[in-house]
Amino acid sequence: MKRLNVINPKAFIKVFALLVPLLLSGYGIAAASAGQSSSISGGPVAASAVEAVHGGAQAAPEEEKAGDVIMHHILDNRVFAFEPFGSVELPKIVVGGFDISITKHVVMLWLVSATLLLVFLLVGGKYKGMTPRQAPKGLANAIEALVEFIRIDVAKSNIGHGYEKHLPYLLTVFFFILICNLLGLIPYGATATGNVNVTLTLSVFTFFITQIAAFKAHGVKGYLQHLTAGTHWSLWIIMVPIEIIGQFTKPFALTVRLFANMTAGHIIILSLIFISFILKSYIVALAVSVPFAIFIYLLELFVAFLQAFVFTMLSALFIGLATAHAGDGGHEAAAAHH
Amino acid sequence: MLTSGIILLAGSLLEPNPGLIFWTAVTFVIVLLILKKIAWGPILNALEEREKGIQSSIDRAHQAKDESEAILRKNTELLAKADAESDKIIREGKDYADRLRADFTEKAQAEAKKMIATAKDEIEQEKRRALDVLRNEVADLAVKGAEKIIKTALDADMQKKIVDSMIQDLSTKRN
Repeated sequence: MKRLNVINPKAFIKVFALLVPLLLSGYGIAAASAGQSSSISGGPVAASAVEAVHGGAQAAPEEEKAGDVIMHHILDNRVFAFEPFGSVELPKIVVGGFDISITKHVVMLWLVSATLLLVFLLVGGKYKGMTPRQAPKGLANAIEALVEFIRIDVAKSNIGHGYEKHLPYLLTVFFFILICNLLGLIPYGATATGNVNVTLTLSVFTFFITQIAAFKAHGVKGYLQHLTAGTHWSLWIIMVPIEIIGQFTKPFALTVRLFANMTAGHIIILSLIFISFILKSYIVALAVSVPFAIFIYLLELFVAFLQAFVFTMLSALFIGLATAHAGDGGHEAAAAHH
Repeated sequence: MLTSGIILLAGSLLEPNPGLIFWTAVTFVIVLLILKKIAWGPILNALEEREKGIQSSIDRAHQAKDESEAILRKNTELLAKADAESDKIIREGKDYADRLRADFTEKAQAEAKKMIATAKDEIEQEKRRALDVLRNEVADLAVKGAEKIIKTALDADMQKKIVDSMIQDLSTKRN
């Protein structure tokens, strides 16, 4: 509690210091276009009210502009922009008719990979030189807490027997998504997991791993039996399509959940900031945009961890459901209960 | 903002991009393979080994506890036995000492008695020897006295009487 009190004002001041020049420039443009709005100084409430009216009058073009900026921020791009310092044009590559150009999100994926490799090169190196009697320290300790959490609470409790095989995938996907989410919150960064193509690819990995695990656990016959859900043969005509669709809804849910969560948070933050530009008011900026944006930002930090966890957890759950044995109904029920 | 609806309707948020899918797949697989080699292997091994180590430590601790309890029980038993043993030894020692004392006393008394007896014998012998010596002395003295008397008074009758009475005296005294 005390710690929160210490950190919040600091973060507030930092974000405020970043936003003040932005607000000033925005206000200057708005003042020039509005003409007389700078002459109003009868009081903050009156100023905001009048500006709200002015803003309303110019609503349509301003909103178009705000929407474009938000879209520009959220969507993938061929240009990695560092406004106002300039931008980097990313190379366009076409191989055999397929456009595999490097885009902003690809660059972010590579940055994420570089971060991951750097961190785990350090941590892995520490573990290599460690005897079982030694306790991990510093970064290794922090990483170990997460690894142990994924290992025990996500993989072991959802997959059960034979969970060790799937651990590398689950751990990689967790840290990959986590770093993607976190790098998206850094200025000039973009959220690769806020792109439906990226989340789709990751879900497809989960889908294939789930299907392969199911085949390995039950064999072809058991896999086909699984599709009938153990019902009477007369119901198969209904059950089999439902089960087959069920196989595809799982990765689809994973895709949309991660993509929507990450995109939504960014849209909300940007929208909150653009309220002050559209209404052209410092009052709105100070009273609404900045505090709420900070709040959503902190929430996004939490969501970054939460969505990485949820994706990993559900992947583990799907693998667990696919590999659960017929007589192992209790486990399946327990897993479904989560 | 109202534009969020427009953003979704424009369809550009869900725009498929095969290039990005390709790069995501390639990047992810490479990262997965590298991390598996450099991180997950060592970390998971270390975790498992530590888990095993902790389990074995707990097992060992339990074993050690059992062992120490057994040793404690044995020690208590041994102590009780030793106590009993020492009691017995002390008792035996006391008995032996008593017996020894009694023996010694008896022996000493017997010795004393014997010594007293021999002392008495010796005294008797000495006495007899002394009497013999005395008798000789007396005889000598008598002879010397007789000589003197003879030398001084040649009264034979008187002398005879004297000698007679003297001899008589001696003989009575001797008995």
